[in-house]
Amino acid sequence: MSFFEIVFYAFSTLMVVSALGVVSARNPVHSALFLVLTFFATSAIWLLLEAEFLAITLVLVYVGAVMVLFLFVVMMLDINIATMREGLMRYTPFGIAIAIILIVQMIMVVGPEQFGLETFALPEKQDADYSNTKELGRVLYTDYVYAFELASVILLVAIVAAISLTMRRRPNTRYQSPGKQIQVLKEDRLRIIKMKTEDKQ
Amino acid sequence: MIPLSSYLILAAILFSISIAGIFINRKNVIVLLMCVELMLLAVNINFIAFSHFLGDTAGQVFVFFILTVAAAEAAIGLAILVVLFRNKRTINVTELNTMKG
Repeated sequence: MSFFEIVFYAFSTLMVVSALGVVSARNPVHSALFLVLTFFATSAIWLLLEAEFLAITLVLVYVGAVMVLFLFVVMMLDINIATMREGLMRYTPFGIAIAIILIVQMIMVVGPEQFGLETFALPEKQDADYSNTKELGRVLYTDYVYAFELASVILLVAIVAAISLTMRRRPNTRYQSPGKQIQVLKEDRLRIIKMKTEDKQ
Repeated sequence: MIPLSSYLILAAILFSISIAGIFINRKNVIVLLMCVELMLLAVNINFIAFSHFLGDTAGQVFVFFILTVAAAEAAIGLAILVVLFRNKRTINVTELNTMKG
């Protein structure tokens, strides 16, 4: 058993076990933490497939940003776990049966007869000075630059949507309105009255 | 060495686990969102495996865009969840029946 096979089987076992943890954990916080473990194991598998940039992006963006967002929301919402779990066992056998049928069918389709080493030989090793990040960047900024711009628009839409959904105005909060402040005239605030001068005491 | 089929079978197992998770945790919206993330991850493994074995960078570019869209989807989904919880004080799917769907 070569080093690559040991790494592959170790991390794929870790990945499957932690994915099972995601779907079976009682507490949503545990689910989110298991999902983080799944992402780490997947990132190791991607390193084996020589996709170094995406492996690091997965850890930085997914574990660093998206999963922290998930954990933040899970901890912020007050979820009653007991009512969430009731009636759960009724559908578990269905889920497991469908998953087993799917796994068997997909292995029949993508199994070693169709995608084994005979039909898809191992690719040649890249040179030592080959940079995955450089190659990905070259393709991204030339052939796929339009899609890249569209991705930035999607992220902008996500920012605007998330903020506008969760922002709320409270009617009794005191805040300044700069527009009204600069529209104030002297007549609104200042009243000049005529009166007689008073005598010196 | 590891053939392409091993990676594809691994992704298939991950995808099936997340489908089972959708059936099992059918009441909890947060875990449903996590299962969708797992499905996207399984698809990404397929893309990267084919990209490696066919020697084409286009698969990795696709994964890049899927990651972008998935991050946007997670942000908007969680924002909707927060608004939902603020209005109804629950995220139980069976109690979300105001639209009679």
